[in-house]
Amino acid sequence: MSDNSDRRRFISGNEAVALAVRLARAQVISAYPITPQTIVVERLSEMVEDGSLKAEFMHVESEHSAISAAIGASAIGARTFTASSSQGLLYMTEGLHYASGGRFPIVMMNACRSVALPWSIFGDQRDSLSLLDSGWIQVYVEDAQEALDMTIQAYHIAESPEVLTPVMVNLDGFILTHTYEPVYEPRQEEVDTFLPLFKTPNKMDLDHPRSLGFSTSPGDNQEFKYQQHQAMLNAIPAIETVDNKYASQFGRRYHGLIEEYRCQEADVILVTLGSVSGTARMVVDNLRKHGQKAGLLKLRFMRPFPEEALRKALSHCRIVGVVDKDISFGYEGTVFTNVNSCLQTLPDSPKTFNFVGGLGGRNISKGDIETIFGLLFAAADKPSSKRVQFFNMRCQIHE
Amino acid sequence: MTNYNTNPIYPAITPFQQPHHIDDYPTGPGCPSAQLVEGHAGWRTFRPIINQEKCTACWLCYLLCPDAAIFKNNNKATINYSFCKGCGVCAKACPMNAIDMAKENENER
Repeated sequence: MSDNSDRRRFISGNEAVALAVRLARAQVISAYPITPQTIVVERLSEMVEDGSLKAEFMHVESEHSAISAAIGASAIGARTFTASSSQGLLYMTEGLHYASGGRFPIVMMNACRSVALPWSIFGDQRDSLSLLDSGWIQVYVEDAQEALDMTIQAYHIAESPEVLTPVMVNLDGFILTHTYEPVYEPRQEEVDTFLPLFKTPNKMDLDHPRSLGFSTSPGDNQEFKYQQHQAMLNAIPAIETVDNKYASQFGRRYHGLIEEYRCQEADVILVTLGSVSGTARMVVDNLRKHGQKAGLLKLRFMRPFPEEALRKALSHCRIVGVVDKDISFGYEGTVFTNVNSCLQTLPDSPKTFNFVGGLGGRNISKGDIETIFGLLFAAADKPSSKRVQFFNMRCQIHE
Repeated sequence: MTNYNTNPIYPAITPFQQPHHIDDYPTGPGCPSAQLVEGHAGWRTFRPIINQEKCTACWLCYLLCPDAAIFKNNNKATINYSFCKGCGVCAKACPMNAIDMAKENENER
């Protein structure tokens, strides 16, 4: 383990990701700026300009071009990075499927932001969660340190030969991208040791010409999709292995696909995704202090989905709450749908409740989480409790 | 299987082997180039025929043929009918009107 005492930086989430991309020695960066992601693009262009990052910085005219250029660069065997948010991420959508289907292990940062209309530059998770089927590995981080560490880990996971799948590192817009925190910056030599060289089996190479990205008839298409699915499942052990390797080298561990916080012997467990986990941690500590058996389950990966880990962690508790900074209109929050589908195979599955909120940048406070826990504890004795509800509404709604 | 590779200027063709196990598929849609799997002769309704008397070897058809079915044969534009889908781009582009599109005879494909 390294002595990090002289490597402490006071930086934002965006800047932490930029540092990580430099440490990973990305060779091509193609990105288009969008709030609240802009700073990561600015910092990387400065690093290329001042020579501290030996990379090609491609100024592209749109997000669609940004991902297309990243695919092309990945196809010649370059380690690539892109970043986007909200409308920009949605404009990339076509290319996201191309990147995963072509097995190009691109790493991107997404600054989670709400989707228009109404127009808003502020955060929720409706952009990335609407892309769960795009074939990208999706990780959500809690703070700037985790953003840095996971960006480095993301390259290792994405480029693992049995995975070869792109990774989207999600930071809650503004809450993480713009908040300044102390962050340890690993040493370059150590990151070099940690990250193997990227070798693609799908290299566009004049000496060994290959036909890349071909069409298939109905006779073979499904097999390629099956392979993608298998590769995503292969990422489950790869994520654990990479996290263990990272922990032994850098001393920081994130526990793979989920993190259980005081879940042991908890009657009520709240499932969170992203930065709100930090707030929920404090509330759980407080409730435990007052003898209430509360726990927190921080979901880290939405794809691959931590099916087995979740079942194991939630099998013993009676009540599960899921916070969603998302709503799939006409149904429920998407995180909730995913959590429920894996719990239904338990012989005695806990009762689940969905709390939708924090949309369009609305803050989720300690008080909100306390209220949610209050409702969850009450639900233990009240079977008629509402299954899906919006919290912290500003006005009365039809009941 | 039809042997399309009768002309030495065409790259060697690797016949497509239907994989029997998922691991036999390539990782993503990629394979060594020149792995043509089938000709296009069956697509043709009209067949381009080059009138060699009118042809001045300007090579416009050779450049424009979308399937590279036209090749240089002793400085004469020649069509490999195995890969000609009969699109007619060559006939339309020929400045000498040296290429006619003739109704395809089913028996001659």
